[in-house]
Amino acid sequence: MPERSAHSGHHGVMPVIADAPGPDHPTAPPEPVDPARLYRDMAITRRIDTEAIALQRQGELGLWPSLLGQEAAQVGAAHALQPQDMVFPTYREHGVAWVRGIDPVELLGLFRGTTLGGWDPQQHRMNTYTLVIGAQLLHAVGYAMGIVRDGDVGTGEPGRDRAVLAFLGDGSISEGETNEAFVWAAAQDLPVVFLCQNNQWAISAPFSVQSRVPVARRADGFGFPGIRVDGNDVHAVLDATREALERARAGGGPTLVEALTYRRNPHTTSDDDGRYRSGAENDRWAARDPLALALDGMETGDGRAALLAEVEQECEQVAARLRAGCRALPEPDPAAPFDHTFAEITPELERQRAEHLAFVASLEVTP
Amino acid sequence: MTDTTMVGALNLGLRHELERDPKVLLLGEDVGRLGGVFRVTDGLQKDFGSDRVVDTPLGEAGIVGTAVGLAMAGYRPVCEIQFDGFVFPAVNQIVTQLAKIRHRSAGRTAMPVVIRIPYGGGIGAIEHHSESPEAYFAHTAGIKVVTPGSPQDAYTMLRQAIGSPDPVIFLEPKHRYWTKGPVTPVAGSGVAAGPLATDGLHRARIVRAGTDVTVVAYGPLVATALSAAGIAADEGTSVEVIDLRSISPLDSDTVVESVRRTGRLVVAHEASRSHGIGAEIAARVQQEAFYHLQAPVLRVTGYDTPYPASRLEQDWLPGVDRLLDAVEAVRKY
Repeated sequence: MPERSAHSGHHGVMPVIADAPGPDHPTAPPEPVDPARLYRDMAITRRIDTEAIALQRQGELGLWPSLLGQEAAQVGAAHALQPQDMVFPTYREHGVAWVRGIDPVELLGLFRGTTLGGWDPQQHRMNTYTLVIGAQLLHAVGYAMGIVRDGDVGTGEPGRDRAVLAFLGDGSISEGETNEAFVWAAAQDLPVVFLCQNNQWAISAPFSVQSRVPVARRADGFGFPGIRVDGNDVHAVLDATREALERARAGGGPTLVEALTYRRNPHTTSDDDGRYRSGAENDRWAARDPLALALDGMETGDGRAALLAEVEQECEQVAARLRAGCRALPEPDPAAPFDHTFAEITPELERQRAEHLAFVASLEVTP
Repeated sequence: MTDTTMVGALNLGLRHELERDPKVLLLGEDVGRLGGVFRVTDGLQKDFGSDRVVDTPLGEAGIVGTAVGLAMAGYRPVCEIQFDGFVFPAVNQIVTQLAKIRHRSAGRTAMPVVIRIPYGGGIGAIEHHSESPEAYFAHTAGIKVVTPGSPQDAYTMLRQAIGSPDPVIFLEPKHRYWTKGPVTPVAGSGVAAGPLATDGLHRARIVRAGTDVTVVAYGPLVATALSAAGIAADEGTSVEVIDLRSISPLDSDTVVESVRRTGRLVVAHEASRSHGIGAEIAARVQQEAFYHLQAPVLRVTGYDTPYPASRLEQDWLPGVDRLLDAVEAVRKY
């Protein structure tokens, strides 16, 4: 496979692994995304992450999967979306959720134990987090089948054509369901973009346990383009994802984008990464920090200082809201599980709900 | 009303739902041009197109997983799993996703998905083609598990299952696929209105009234129980037969009321005995009708072994004779 540069004008683009055909229906060049906006969203994403880790340490959250180091992969990919596109995340896409307009307080509910989801998937056009590795990729494919049946692919109408962006990690490429999703998407030419954040560690298993070839090269075996980009370069991820989504919306079928990056924190707050990897490896990736790389590409001087000050202020506001919002998350109603098991409660569940509510009421102590 | 096989009744039910709701679509291996290995979807792709009757890649997790996504996109997918023993690759999607998404989304996301599975033994099939997986699914909160015992119920219940906003595992007793019975179709009406709704997908039904012993059966064993009840009547024992129809949720009220009248209960199913549906029914009856019981509740079931080679299935499966033995045992207790 000949190597070429996929996108001119940005540093850090990795060699392309599989060539990608152009869209069937050429569209106008996309509006450039303001680099300051990308930096801001990455900085806020990092702050959400930092605050959530602190909240976990304070006992306010049961668990938190950190995204430190993956801000560019997520913010870049999310900025490639149109409002009408649909997103299927894993459990670590906090930056995507931020760009998609989801209140970060709502992200915390799952990890605080007040909810199993949090937000309205239709309102934000982003599904709730999925904890079973790879399961969401088949949902994305099925959703893409729905888009095709709705006739919302390849019409050439910018506000109508839709695509699905599905996130996965490097570990999930070993799952059977991931491979089934690739088969389905390829055979039916579905408008779905698989975005793999290869952060190189599936808990303690390095990428070499999952695969002998880069993730992007796997796409070739299924018959659709695979593109590998520098996942720490927000512009590279944005460009590659945008091109893939445009092709999908135009009827050009699926793409697998591999954003090569690194998970700089443990898998979750319960993990101890000191048992399986070196600090030196982490340091090498810290030197390629996505926020610093984004700043490198921007102009220096008063403009940058003003931007940094403004972003810092916004981060403080988000952090304060997160701290207060987390503690104010409403305790769930003890009846909620019964009410949402089926559309209508069954007679047996009705009996069990009454039994449980009576028990809960018996626990209430009169002061 | 005409006499129709269960396969014909299911085919008609699918046809009427495809006609009624453009969001209904069928997914499965070989459901299109072949019409399914049991011909349940015969002719439907020809009449409704390959967008509505979709031949999928060979992957059961993919069939159910894409159905979940289609439901999220506003469709009502009806999946066919080719044989009972091949549903297991899809169990992750059924148990961790399909069953939980309504709950996970606090009621925001409905999962109107039907998974049709030909199940049970008695057709002389080879390994993995005669399983009874109902207890696995019934133990999972958030999915309904139903099984028809007659062509009329096959038609009616399938349409109700497709109209349901919740996921339904629809177990088709393949041993009864070619048994004919009267079917009155109801064109154009869905689960929300008309005769399909009044029947109640979750309701058990007394299919033969009796006074001495209650026999609870479902799916392939409803006909067996009715045969046994006929013979028992000749021998002077009046057997009431209940077709459970819905395994989960379980209409235990109908069973308990019957046992309060007869005082004796036999539960019959093809699946293994331990930890099964029979145990659940026995537990509920002893809880609700303890002082009405004149005898211990007996189970007539398959055994706790792998499903046997087909030359052995005739005696391994509960048949009329084993049922009659149990009826006699509780009668004489």
